[in-house]
Amino acid sequence: MGLKSFFLKKSLWVFHFGGASCNNCDIEILDCLTPRYDVERFGIKLVGSPRHADVLLVNGSINKRDRPRLLEVYEQAAKPVFVVAFGACGCTGGIFAEGITFDGPVDKVIPVDAYIPGCPPKPEAMISGLVKLSQTIK
Amino acid sequence: MGLHLFYFFIYPGLLFAGIVGGLIAWVDRKVTARVQFRKGPPLLQPFYDFLKLLLVKETVIPNKGSALIFIMAPVFALFGATASALLILLPAFGISTGFQGDILVLFYLLAIPSLMFVIGAMASGNPLSAVGASREIKLILSYELSFLLVIAGVILKSDMTIHLDQIMLFQQENGAHIASISGVLLFLVSVFVVQAKAGLVPFDQAEAETEIAEGIFIEYSGTAYAIIKYTKYILMFILPVFVAETLLGGLSFAGIDILWSLLKIVLVIVLMVLIRNTNPRIKISQAMRFFLIGMNLLVIIALALHYIGL
Repeated sequence: MGLKSFFLKKSLWVFHFGGASCNNCDIEILDCLTPRYDVERFGIKLVGSPRHADVLLVNGSINKRDRPRLLEVYEQAAKPVFVVAFGACGCTGGIFAEGITFDGPVDKVIPVDAYIPGCPPKPEAMISGLVKLSQTIK
Repeated sequence: MGLHLFYFFIYPGLLFAGIVGGLIAWVDRKVTARVQFRKGPPLLQPFYDFLKLLLVKETVIPNKGSALIFIMAPVFALFGATASALLILLPAFGISTGFQGDILVLFYLLAIPSLMFVIGAMASGNPLSAVGASREIKLILSYELSFLLVIAGVILKSDMTIHLDQIMLFQQENGAHIASISGVLLFLVSVFVVQAKAGLVPFDQAEAETEIAEGIFIEYSGTAYAIIKYTKYILMFILPVFVAETLLGGLSFAGIDILWSLLKIVLVIVLMVLIRNTNPRIKISQAMRFFLIGMNLLVIIALALHYIGL
């Protein structure tokens, strides 16, 4: 394990990209910052700009309008950046998968490093997913 | 010459101030977490953040904008912060060089980081950056006058001397400036000014991350953002030290006085963190009114009280 990957896994800054979501995953993501599930103890922090992001957390179904925006955000993020597909819609399309505007899921648009399934995933699932992601960083 | 470079780069300057400032940034985040009943980040978290940005991340230079100014602005900001750290910390540690710690030079040096952030933000060509930059300029325009008036008050109270070490000497002989009504008012104002200079809530309009996505720093990434973080750490350290030196009776790091001096610095830092945690972000117009009317009035009252002898 190199020094660089050690620093990277100790401070993962998350940028939250919400696709066409039903808003439930977004609320669960905010739960992770609360006293009960404090993610800051792993050095995880929500940032406002993709330039600062190490992890792109994408939730919601990706429809035809989201697709170019998601691509642009991914290209704007400073590399190395990891992509996490969050929730059933992010991983597979969920109940939106057969809709006429659906143009995803996330891994058809950009390469995805981790999937966190669930509708919505529990905050514990998100913490576990991010910690597992940080363990895969070599 | 070698000794001066050592002062600048290692002991009271760049390296030392950055490391202590990083620890203070951790205190800030930890106290914030405890206030919100969270556990908070580990001790070395600010250094993990800094080293990750410095070593691992790519530095993206925006297409539209001026690349040279965009990259150089954080470097100059770091220079300004380091130079002021040197001039603030040398008298505190009792190291005497030819320079005596002119308090008005400090006023200009402390203005450099914020101005450089503004220039860098303008050079990035991002509209949200421009919004942040205009807010930062408005904030600078409002708090610098109060800061200058506080410095004027300190100079008046210490018998018209403008040297930091003599101001500290004067307070050791005649009692701390804060031990009078005018001193208390000056201290109050200086805490708010320092809050605005460090860019903490309620005066973080320029980098409001939930509103304009980190405003002036939105385009910075990688090494450039690491330098900005480092500048912020240094500012978090030297601004409380400056307040402690000028108003709380000076600092001395000999023998048992160490504890007393550290207590003064910690007091100012905890005040800043508590103000940060108990207030929401205010609008820029409210911030301007707060400084231009409220704080300036307080300082003028303090100056008048000083002439009466209180």
